Amino acid sequence: MRCDVLLFASYADLFGAPSVTIEVADPDPTVRALVGALRDTPWGAQLPSRPLIAVNRRYAPEAQTLRSGDEIALIPPVSGG
Amino acid sequence: MRRTAIVDRPLDAAGLLAEVVRPANGAAVLFVGTVREVNQGRDVTGIDYRAYVPMAEEELARLAEEATQRFESADLVIEHRLGTLGLTEASVVIACAHPRRAAAFDCARWALEELKRRLPIWKREHYAEGDWGWVSAAVGEATP
Repeated sequence: MRCDVLLFASYADLFGAPSVTIEVADPDPTVRALVGALRDTPWGAQLPSRPLIAVNRRYAPEAQTLRSGDEIALIPPVSGG
Repeated sequence: MRRTAIVDRPLDAAGLLAEVVRPANGAAVLFVGTVREVNQGRDVTGIDYRAYVPMAEEELARLAEEATQRFESADLVIEHRLGTLGLTEASVVIACAHPRRAAAFDCARWALEELKRRLPIWKREHYAEGDWGWVSAAVGEATP
């Protein structure tokens, strides 16, 4: 499945773009599989071992299955307030 | 009363306080988070606040709903500002009122700590030396 992943802040700087398209081999991938594919990119080594993923604007557990059309975001460590 | 917003204009703390003050409440707590001149030993001249805006709006609304469930009868208004802020400018305002003072303090504090832990908002600090850097509250993994 092709996943368009939104990027923000330091991760947008790291990837050099506001989003990245990731091909995950599994047709019904989990968040964990997406993270694995992200870590296989040239920038993946600079991500934490378990980066945060949001799906449809909610933090998603690693076991959550991704669906076509989901709004997916890779969330850097937050620093609001 | 429960209202939250992510905004790109200066915050009006007194206005938020006025929203939660009402006869049923015996206590009102107003928290104002402001831009500080030093962070981790470096002189800061200003901060850019960036966000994943749609999620930040939804997460802030969820957080406020949880707060008013946790602290029954609380009136709670929260605004977080985005954009470039100078020293002493307010980045976040939490106004919380409750019939009892302990719950008003606890609710405001709980909302602030949850906001800092969960809201997809990022600070980019500008330093006196002319460089800048993203602030990582948690180095490595974040933990919402």
